[in-house]
Amino acid sequence: MSVRIGLLHSLIRKEEKLLINAFRSRGQVELILMDDRRITFSPGMDTFSVDVVLERCINHSRALHALTLLESAGVQCVNASQVALICGDKLLTTDALARHAVPQPRVKIAFTQESALEAIEALGYPVVLKPAVGSWGRLLAKVNDRDAAEAILEHKTILGSYHHSIFYIQEYIEKRGRDIRSFVIGGECVAAIYRTSPHWITNTARGGVAERCEVTPALRDISLRAARAVGGGIVAIDLFETEDGYLVNEVNYTMEFKNSIHTTGVDIPQLIVDYVLGVARGGNRA
Amino acid sequence: MMNCPVCDGQVSLPEDVVQGELIECSECGTELEITSVEPLQLQEAPQEEEDWGE
Repeated sequence: MSVRIGLLHSLIRKEEKLLINAFRSRGQVELILMDDRRITFSPGMDTFSVDVVLERCINHSRALHALTLLESAGVQCVNASQVALICGDKLLTTDALARHAVPQPRVKIAFTQESALEAIEALGYPVVLKPAVGSWGRLLAKVNDRDAAEAILEHKTILGSYHHSIFYIQEYIEKRGRDIRSFVIGGECVAAIYRTSPHWITNTARGGVAERCEVTPALRDISLRAARAVGGGIVAIDLFETEDGYLVNEVNYTMEFKNSIHTTGVDIPQLIVDYVLGVARGGNRA
Repeated sequence: MMNCPVCDGQVSLPEDVVQGELIECSECGTELEITSVEPLQLQEAPQEEEDWGE
């Protein structure tokens, strides 16, 4: 049975190019490229002749709104808009993980400088301040003492948009130079990498080096629990290793994987295509 | 083969190039975007925005 797959994108990075080539290597698949810089929506009147849309936008806001409008027009989307909503906001991710009892670092949320300072001191230094919406390690601040806390809170309040006054405060986890990223595709934990860096921010976008990490039963279990907590689909889980087990740091819904294919030996784009085609043919839940 | 709009160096393109694809100029390192395939056009890629990410 032939299927029509929409690829919602903006810039075509290495990941999107790998996915395009993977889709085009399959028979009976028509791939429609949907550039979010050219698409327009007419809510209530839209029809899209695709079986599934795979979201690969680079802007979180565009992804979330486009997914919402596509679903309203009756299109199955991978990931679902609800997954984008939760994963795109660290506060909502933390809430979802907490409701599903998935282990994570201690987090406090506050809405004013004064209450944020109290929350920071209650957690104890150091803490990490993160924008609720943001990625690639941007604007993360490790706060070592009260002087730094007061300065950063004031800067966020005065120099940032209102969004930066939603204070997301996470306990600092000493990760001894590395953390773990695991990749979940449709209920399977398909691969994992260590991300190693001398800097406390280990994102590969910030220079962290990827090495293969074995998917142990414990790593698989917490990865799948985290994926289920945010609504499933195709997600990458960032985890800390501690003496008491793994903690989930973040969940990413438009995961980057170009540094992980060779490292893990797992053909992640082909597995994504398998999953998306399964959704299109009715075998997988979106 | 195209010329880099920043350094005028020669930029080689893959045969299966697609609109929107990012290419790095091997001479100056600038990230470029293919804005059209027929005819081939490229320009400097957009700068990172606050909500970019994964």
